[in-house]
Amino acid sequence: MTVNRTTKIAAVVAFLAIVFIAVPAAISASGHFDLYYTLTSVALLSIASAGVWLTFYIGRINIGQGAYALTGGYVSAILVMDHGWSFWLTLPVAGLFCAATSVLIGLPILRLRGVYFAMVTLVLTEVARLLALALPITNGAKGIVSIPLPGALSVFGITLIPDFATLQNSRLAFYLLAVTLMVVCFAIMYRLVNSRIGKLCQSLQQNEELASSIGVNIAYLRVIAYAVSSFFGGVSGAIFAAISQSIYPSSFTVTDSVNFMLNCFLGGLGYVFGPMLGTLVLYFGWDLLFQTGQFQLLIYSGLMIVLMLVLPNGLLSLAETTRKKG
Amino acid sequence: MAEMLEVSGITKRFGGLVAVNNVSFSVREKEILSVIGPNGAGKSTLFKLISSFLRPTTGEVRLKGERISGLAPHIAARKGVVRTFQETTIFKNMSVRDNVIIAHHLRSKASLFGFFLGTGTAKADEAAFGQSADEILALLGLSSLAHEIARNLPHGHLRALGIAIGLATNPSILLLDEPFAGMNHEETMRMVEMVRRLRERGLTILLVEHDMPAVMKISDRLVVLNFGQKIAEGTPSEIQANDKVIEAYLGSEDEAIGL
Ligand SMILES: Nc1ncnc2c1ncn2[C@@H]1O[C@H](COP(=O)(O)OP(=O)(O)O)[C@@H](O)[C@H]1O
Ligand SMILES: [Mg+2]
Repeated sequence: MTVNRTTKIAAVVAFLAIVFIAVPAAISASGHFDLYYTLTSVALLSIASAGVWLTFYIGRINIGQGAYALTGGYVSAILVMDHGWSFWLTLPVAGLFCAATSVLIGLPILRLRGVYFAMVTLVLTEVARLLALALPITNGAKGIVSIPLPGALSVFGITLIPDFATLQNSRLAFYLLAVTLMVVCFAIMYRLVNSRIGKLCQSLQQNEELASSIGVNIAYLRVIAYAVSSFFGGVSGAIFAAISQSIYPSSFTVTDSVNFMLNCFLGGLGYVFGPMLGTLVLYFGWDLLFQTGQFQLLIYSGLMIVLMLVLPNGLLSLAETTRKKG
Repeated sequence: MAEMLEVSGITKRFGGLVAVNNVSFSVREKEILSVIGPNGAGKSTLFKLISSFLRPTTGEVRLKGERISGLAPHIAARKGVVRTFQETTIFKNMSVRDNVIIAHHLRSKASLFGFFLGTGTAKADEAAFGQSADEILALLGLSSLAHEIARNLPHGHLRALGIAIGLATNPSILLLDEPFAGMNHEETMRMVEMVRRLRERGLTILLVEHDMPAVMKISDRLVVLNFGQKIAEGTPSEIQANDKVIEAYLGSEDEAIGL
């Protein structure tokens, strides 16, 4: 099954045209400006989910991404508020801080497999929340509020990104920021998975003992994958804090961690773009079900179970079967 | 012939159980040496010690004078000692060819980051791995199955794939744990032929095997374990005449050791 090069390029161009031109055009024509906020959230959540997907790819069920999103949000907020850093600088720093933390945490816990790793990561989200409540630097339950909007980003006196506070439409600006990062993130993921590194990750997922006996440094590779995953979590959390101009211990909870994982399941664990589609469908699905009131959660859970039974390889496996038949 | 691998006084305890007890022997270059013994004698444990999958309680293993025991498996592999598994272990959701390509890992000159960026070195590595994988598949008679997903292979071919994976790492010593298990006579004979061909290519081979006729046919020398201890060492004819060996195998079928 080789999709030829032109088809791939066409698909990428079409996708870019949709997210950068068609969606903003449609929103300003229809006046549904709140959609910007929704789609920005989807883009950011899909970045965090992409990280979770990468840990799945090395054979680990990760229910702890909320911890890194929360950490990233706090790192950015604290640097901006207490140290007067530019948001643009805090963005990579938040990601790197999470990556470094995840190396320290990952070294011991990545030895665990299956449900054991999953349980530990689940606890991690709760630990992050309790830390945020307890530490002086995070300001307890009151959180950090009134974070200024991202300022201008200039390199050598040339303004690359204007000050968000001066923009008439900062929602559009955040949308473009989130979508750009999403595109970059998924481009990185695509390249990772389609290079030899992807095969190495698969070798871990399928048989760690054998991988190690053919000379793969499995501990190292696991930690690298987990660090990249956590980097994505931190970056996405940092932008969330900037958009909502606040961060609280409850900004990312166990529910969010579980949702990141469900996004991956729903989109398909075998497809790089699975988490993107999964996030979109789950986010809008949940909103649509809002009409059903008290039955929202019940219907939602029921649908998820049915979907996983009918499509165990995720939504994107539909595309593959139709292509094979066609 | 020069000494290649030296196992000296190696012991492995699991709690109260001494699985391998003060075993010493050496393997010469380009030799086929088989380790035999009743079930539970400690053969697989011995292999895991040699390939650094387990840390010895006491004793050590040296490859060309350099200690290789008590390290990590991927480091032992890097130093040239590679073990294929007793259970048919492969990357079951990859194609046969990808299984062999990925196993070239130790030969890569490019770094992980180089592979991410697709540098010239990385591309050269990929091309070399692909070519070498095709050669190995041809050697083991797997060429026609190269694009099959590994889990769909019939049993005998799985075993061959396991060996192909081992070969791809370019080892100086290959440890084969029961490569003939579950094979019929014809498959076994083909495999015996293949193992011989590997030796002709300069490989030293350590073998654990239950199929006595095959072992006697293929081995230059044998080491016999019983309850974790080495009870005999010698050529196939010496072993077949050894009283201790016969005693150890009494209770099982006598013809098991070709008597
Ligand atoms: N990881 C382990 N923990 C505890 N006991 C073990 C372990 N591995 C092997 N053993 C025991 O060590 C003995 C030798 O096992 P093994 O080396 O697999 O024997 P063989 O391969 O000769 O059949 C057996 O009694 C087995 O139960
Ligand atoms: Mg055994």
